[in-house]
Amino acid sequence: MLETKNLSFFYNKDTQFSFPELKCNSSETLLITGNSGKGKTTLLHLLAGLLRPKKGEIILENTDISSLSERELDQFRGKNIGLILQQSHFIASLSVLENVVLASWLATGKKAVQKAEKLLEELDLVNQKHKLPSQLSIGQQQRVSIARALINQPKLLLADEPTSSLDDENAMVVANLLEKLAKEYHAALVIVTHDKRLKDKFSNQLNLN
Amino acid sequence: MIVKLAWKNLWFKPLNTVLSIVLLASSIAIITVLILLQKQFEEKFSSNIDGVDLVLGAQGSPMQLILSSVYHIDNPTGNISYDSAKVWIKHPFVEKAIPLAFGDNYRGFKIVGTNSDYLDKYKAKIVKGKLFNKNFEIVVGNEVAKKLNLKIGDKFFGSHGDSSEGEVHDQYSYKISGIASSTGSVLDNLILCNIPSVWQMHNAHGQEAENPAHGEGGHVHEEHEHIHTDACNNEHQQNRQEADLTLEEPNMEITAVLLKFRNKMGIVTWPRIIAQNTKMQAASPAIEVNRIFSLFGVGLKALEYLAYAIMLISGISIFIALYNRLKERKYEFALMRINGASRIQLLLLVVIESLFLALVGFLFGTIFGRIAISFISSSAQDDFKIAFTPLEIVWNKEGILLLVTIFVGIMAAFIPAIKAYKLNISKTLANA
Repeated sequence: MLETKNLSFFYNKDTQFSFPELKCNSSETLLITGNSGKGKTTLLHLLAGLLRPKKGEIILENTDISSLSERELDQFRGKNIGLILQQSHFIASLSVLENVVLASWLATGKKAVQKAEKLLEELDLVNQKHKLPSQLSIGQQQRVSIARALINQPKLLLADEPTSSLDDENAMVVANLLEKLAKEYHAALVIVTHDKRLKDKFSNQLNLN
Repeated sequence: MIVKLAWKNLWFKPLNTVLSIVLLASSIAIITVLILLQKQFEEKFSSNIDGVDLVLGAQGSPMQLILSSVYHIDNPTGNISYDSAKVWIKHPFVEKAIPLAFGDNYRGFKIVGTNSDYLDKYKAKIVKGKLFNKNFEIVVGNEVAKKLNLKIGDKFFGSHGDSSEGEVHDQYSYKISGIASSTGSVLDNLILCNIPSVWQMHNAHGQEAENPAHGEGGHVHEEHEHIHTDACNNEHQQNRQEADLTLEEPNMEITAVLLKFRNKMGIVTWPRIIAQNTKMQAASPAIEVNRIFSLFGVGLKALEYLAYAIMLISGISIFIALYNRLKERKYEFALMRINGASRIQLLLLVVIESLFLALVGFLFGTIFGRIAISFISSSAQDDFKIAFTPLEIVWNKEGILLLVTIFVGIMAAFIPAIKAYKLNISKTLANA
């Protein structure tokens, strides 16, 4: 379960954000919407532990992540938070399968090869597993980053505009997959988006405007 | 896994990687060649003067005397009277004196008149046959026997001077009585006989040529013989009936004497005494060899600086390659951090990539350097009678070279690694 209390952040005097409290249970989906410049990405980075809040608490499964040290945060993030970005980035020199396996090794020190293969199968990427990421289509790349986000069975799955570069068909495929997999892995799913297609699909929304 | 990732990253941009490795490998190859050449050159040069304190010979350049009589790579300075040399040979200060008489060659290999002490000096044994004990019996050096495919009992005529194009002495033939063991010294490329053989060979020409002479002298004989062919033939026939010469023959000449002293005072005082009182000179091989080394040293140092300059350039090339890749790879690094990688792991990744380049460069460099040595060795053997081995490892100097290479690798990675370490993930991703 994810919960924030009294959260605020500022880059400088002109750009200050204070965020409403949010709550998202395991297997549930929360949509964070809002216009550009309202701090959507900042909130996502705070939740992912990439930025540290100036005030307030972010509690994931009874751990206040803003109180962790840098190294503890790296480990905690690797094990408990899966992140799916707007544009998929990969280690360009590693194959699809190796990219997913690397995520498990970095977080746990173990190479979960079988689990990675099972996930790729579930996401219909088995035939692509030995290709380099750059050889895949955008839609396929987005699915690989979902596999990578899920490999460590995180408590929290964060997605930043996961559908913005996809066509309608692929957008729905990805949205359905995210919802289904979050339930299957008992993860809280938080999607940051301004995509109308997703707003229509998910009812649990938090508007930052 | 980090190591594997570093390796894969290197070969993902093969051109960058190959450029860095080629630069590094060539500088290391040059330095390796220099290290091996210098060490082995000095060793070989020094080992040949072991047991030679002074060389007694005709007046002229002391370096020429040493080069000709110890290393056999220059013309002799001239001849000295054996009778006056005997005064010094029999002096109580002298522990051992080895007389040398040059004059002829067989297919470019020098025929040296001497005694068995010369073989002992180089710790050479007779591996086949026996030592020369009659005039015109010869012992051939190991390399000579191998290259000319000579066997015990083979006979041949020598040519005058030090090139195989010299006049052929066809009145007496040499007969191989023994083959010397391989010593790794100049001896391997020499043909040895006793001194009276050299005298008798040249005495046969007639009155005016009673002594062996070096290259230019041979030319005079040739003209002489062309003009008086008939007379010479008569002389030859007469000579054949002459008794063999011995060491007791008066008024004969030799080329040089290698002296080893019992009383080391002689090494210091004799060069001056001999120069003042005789028509000879006594030269110290140690001093002349040091002069050669210091002359070579300037060239070797210049090459060494050049090699280190190339190494610096390769270090900069690795730095630029890593730095440029860093811009493309900051998303990769951010991604690894998201997946739980620590800052230290990213730092290590960059450093390991650079170290891989350095080590692969070092490996290729030492191999190419040794291949170069084996090429140099075969040409040096023809020109200087010195062979180099590519298989030797000079642990201390090459160890330092490895450390320097690793240092270059770490320095080149330093700034890129720090940048990877300090990467701001949030900013990197927000600007994506």
